[in-house]
Amino acid sequence: MTTPANLQKRIQRVEMCDIVKRFPGVLANNKVCIEVNAGEVLALLGENGAGKSTLMRQLYGLYRPDGGQILIDGQPQVFHSPADAIAAGIGMIHQHFMLVPTLTVAQNVALGLKSSREPQLDLERVSKRIQELAQAYGLKVDPEAYVWQLSVGEQQRVEIIKALYRGASIIILDEPTAVLTPQEVNDLFVTLKRMTQEGHGLVFISHKLHEVMAISDRIAVLRDGQMIGSRPAKGVTRDDLVKMMVGREVKPLAPQPLQTGPVCLGISGLRAMGDRGTEALRGVDLEIHASEIVGVAGVSGNGQRELAQCLAGLRKNTAGTIQLNGQDITQASLLERMAAGQSYIPEERMRDGAIREFSVQENLFLRDHAAPQYTNGIFLNFARMAARTREVIQQYSIKAPGGDTPIKNLSGGNIQKLIMARELSRQPKALIAAQPTRGVDIGATEYIHQRLLEQRANGTAILLISEDLDEIRTLSDRIAVMYEGQIIGIVARGEATVEQIGLMMAGIPLQETRAKASA
Amino acid sequence: MNELFSLAVITGILTSAIRLATPYLFAAVGEAFAQSSGVVNLGVDGIMLVGAFVAFYVTLQTGNLWLAVLAAALVGLLMGLLMSLISVTLKAEQGISGIGLYMFGLGLSSLLFKLLVGTVQTIDGFKVIKIPLLGDIPMIGEIFFQHSLPVYAAFLLVPVAWWFLEKTTWGLKIKAVGQNPAAADSLGVSVDKVRYFSVCLGSVLAGLAGASLSTALVNLFQENLTAGLGFIAVALVYFGGWKPAGILVGALLFSTVNAFQLWMQVLGVNISSDVAVMLPYLLTIAALVFATNRVRQPAALNKPFERGEN
Ligand SMILES: Nc1ncnc2c1ncn2[C@@H]1O[C@H](COP(=O)(O)OP(=O)(O)OP(=O)(O)O)[C@@H](O)[C@H]1O
Ligand SMILES: [Mg+2]
Repeated sequence: MTTPANLQKRIQRVEMCDIVKRFPGVLANNKVCIEVNAGEVLALLGENGAGKSTLMRQLYGLYRPDGGQILIDGQPQVFHSPADAIAAGIGMIHQHFMLVPTLTVAQNVALGLKSSREPQLDLERVSKRIQELAQAYGLKVDPEAYVWQLSVGEQQRVEIIKALYRGASIIILDEPTAVLTPQEVNDLFVTLKRMTQEGHGLVFISHKLHEVMAISDRIAVLRDGQMIGSRPAKGVTRDDLVKMMVGREVKPLAPQPLQTGPVCLGISGLRAMGDRGTEALRGVDLEIHASEIVGVAGVSGNGQRELAQCLAGLRKNTAGTIQLNGQDITQASLLERMAAGQSYIPEERMRDGAIREFSVQENLFLRDHAAPQYTNGIFLNFARMAARTREVIQQYSIKAPGGDTPIKNLSGGNIQKLIMARELSRQPKALIAAQPTRGVDIGATEYIHQRLLEQRANGTAILLISEDLDEIRTLSDRIAVMYEGQIIGIVARGEATVEQIGLMMAGIPLQETRAKASA
Repeated sequence: MNELFSLAVITGILTSAIRLATPYLFAAVGEAFAQSSGVVNLGVDGIMLVGAFVAFYVTLQTGNLWLAVLAAALVGLLMGLLMSLISVTLKAEQGISGIGLYMFGLGLSSLLFKLLVGTVQTIDGFKVIKIPLLGDIPMIGEIFFQHSLPVYAAFLLVPVAWWFLEKTTWGLKIKAVGQNPAAADSLGVSVDKVRYFSVCLGSVLAGLAGASLSTALVNLFQENLTAGLGFIAVALVYFGGWKPAGILVGALLFSTVNAFQLWMQVLGVNISSDVAVMLPYLLTIAALVFATNRVRQPAALNKPFERGEN
């Protein structure tokens, strides 16, 4: 591959001026202006559907603006396709990864580039160059590995290498941290810092304000397709940003513990195999009471996902039992579990929770379409369903032109909200919620948290699995920390510090740290 | 029954098997290109028929076999462009457009045959070329090294196709477009261009498959000469797991069954010829049931691509 000599011509400044972009029924960008300079991180904030991805997709040549101009170092540019944007020195890491799982890392990187031995591929050279880049930017990855074998964090590193390999000097990162563990986020930030030192300009999109304040130099806020303002990151407070984004204040929740009921969900001695053939759950014991939220914390890959899947009935356990209100549901099917009063919010909501080609309304009624209030005999009562859809769209502030819009046209966060709405609209006895606010904006996160607390107040036993430690600490009455397929310890609200929980996540039991502290 | 297992007959069966594998190989390897890029072209049989007729007719008129092959490749290309236009640019349902293309090819080749030729006639096709030395080895020489040029070419196509798909930048693009067109698109690879190329390349090979049939195997043309051979070629692509080597194994399996069946008829083995003719097709179904490898299937197979979905 002819590797562009690392940044042959570095972009000093990219400007987007008065960008207008319309979709049927939506004005996604309304005269938006931003600028990015070499060596700085511009954070782009905004609620779900504010138009962040759309704006960046125009800079990357995936969409053509309906109005406005893109300038690179003062020169007007017209990008007909990503090929043009790449040639101009722009790179993009997409909200949903753009990798070919059946190909190797090196093949994914080499895709679409000229080879030094055209028409033959030159993968050895590509691999060597990948390793150089990995070294220079702290992006550990094996060029010979197949992408389907990689963890999410590794896949993201491949995406960054793809952009760097093409000599991108301005790199857009669309919600890169949404799927990362806190440790992986730290690693990513180290890489991003190195990139700005090398003179790259970065656009960083995230819904997590503490990340935005930690990494960015300037912050621009979009609302409903319009630029609300842009300011230096220094001195900005969380409350300022929330006000700009949502237009009102959003205060952190401080729920009070409730009188808990009897054990609702009882798990004992649960064992199960993981996807890679090793034992993922190695004897999990946990009891969740009615009116209680138990949060499961842990570095991803320590069995949390498998635990959720076992409880939902999507994965066979090899030993142990699961009881719901005293009834053994270990062998029960998905449907029987639902009938017994269990609800499940899957982690991979795009894949397991929604049908892309279906409309908002159809997705909302995937499960409850046969419920008596939405049917007339054997016919569906579309009027009722439409009314309910409008209600949900309003309650969860889902940005969609209407109930009949196919969800593939919704922004990432709005699809998440829709599925949350569907699952939270019932009153289950037990609820398993995996990463319920991943990719969701602040306002909607608040709403979802309130709904979870409301369900708790109504007597639901909730198992909350999340990689967001703040979320766990805010909502959970008790926190169970998972390590290598077991629960290494359970602490009550306020019983342990963030640091202690962090140590537990690394496999050090609470007693040990306490003993050390007192010694 | 005993004579079926004499050395001479076995040699005869295997020689025929190698010969008969030729059109399967051309057509199935071609289809593998199209499918690897995400387009199922069910029109292979139709393209083969037109290719077979054109090659036959040009030979009949000019006696120039090379001109015949070139003409077959050209009509293959034209029909490939038509298929691409319908399924890639206009994003029509691929299965339906393929069946349409097949019917078009079937009708067109029959019509042209009736108009221009009328009666079944034979032509002087490609001559057998005996490879020096190798061709003299007893049995082996006869089975493998005494064939006409198209037969050798078909077998040579297998490693070339493997090299192309696995070792070149174009092959990488084709596979990426078939697995995740959005990813390829985001790297500036033109999905439509790659699909046009793959479908057209496959169709040229289908045209050549037809030509090999009419100018090297049977040296004549008649209505529906292929008798569904192109559909077996499509099945072979699934059977072979989208890999040229797998296709080779499948093609040899089918051609051997076919050769066996022909020889049974020649030797007057007491079995209904209808049953014998059914054999390869039954095998197709059985093989598909047991051998489909869904894991390797191009994930975007049969899915038109449109940019701009999240
Ligand atoms: N291809 C499309 N067709 C129709 N409408 C679209 C399309 N892409 C985006 N939209 C609409 O444009 C608006 C902006 O979407 P965009 O994806 O830019 O939001 P976002 O700010 O990235 O949100 P999120 O934080 O949820 O990712 C949304 O209302 C969305 O429904
Ligand atoms: Mg987005």
